[in-house]
Amino acid sequence: MTLDVIAIYAVALCLIIGSFFALVGVIGLLKFNDSMTRLHAPTKVGTVGIGALLLASMIHSFTFGEGSFHELLIMAFLFVTAPISAHFIAKVNIHKGACDPLPKPPQDDTWSTLKSPEHQPGPDSPTKSST
Amino acid sequence: MTQALDIMNLAMVIAFVVLSLGQIMTMVRLVIGPTPGDRILALDTMVIYALGLIVLLGISQGTRVYFEVSLLVAMLGFVSTVAYARFVLRGDIIE
Repeated sequence: MTLDVIAIYAVALCLIIGSFFALVGVIGLLKFNDSMTRLHAPTKVGTVGIGALLLASMIHSFTFGEGSFHELLIMAFLFVTAPISAHFIAKVNIHKGACDPLPKPPQDDTWSTLKSPEHQPGPDSPTKSST
Repeated sequence: MTQALDIMNLAMVIAFVVLSLGQIMTMVRLVIGPTPGDRILALDTMVIYALGLIVLLGISQGTRVYFEVSLLVAMLGFVSTVAYARFVLRGDIIE
């Protein structure tokens, strides 16, 4: 068994792992019954599923022709941006009331995501309204 | 060697079918999603599945021209998700 055969089997294994996580993510997106629980399933598709597919593409390019590490760029970009977009969607769910309301903060202040300038006029609000 | 290639082609067909099925089922969530957060999440997931389909197309054709396409799709998907979320949250994208 040469190195090429092992690399081809590795490509097949990475493709199967990626498609398994893609299937799990879409089943979770369809079957869960709460907005916040629906949020956590498709983020696995973004990180593990697409990561395995890009790994398969990288091994394939090293096996059949000149290889390169360009796919690591997409992988790093996805790993950085998936939690940010999930955080923004969670903020949308909180503000639209699609989940349970937040518990009271321990001290006498407000959660930073629910603080809005029009509800709490600060000392600079007259200058803001005049401009 | 030929058996390994057969297994890889079978895995590629399975991955194509699963990703296309995922794209269609995400469209179902986009239609029936009760809240705006669900619809934004469905659009973000559709961009992710399209990215996976482009990567699979690059593997099956054996070319490297799809690398820039997938990088651009990833960046545009992130920016559009943030823009949708900011539009729902603040009523404006760039204040």
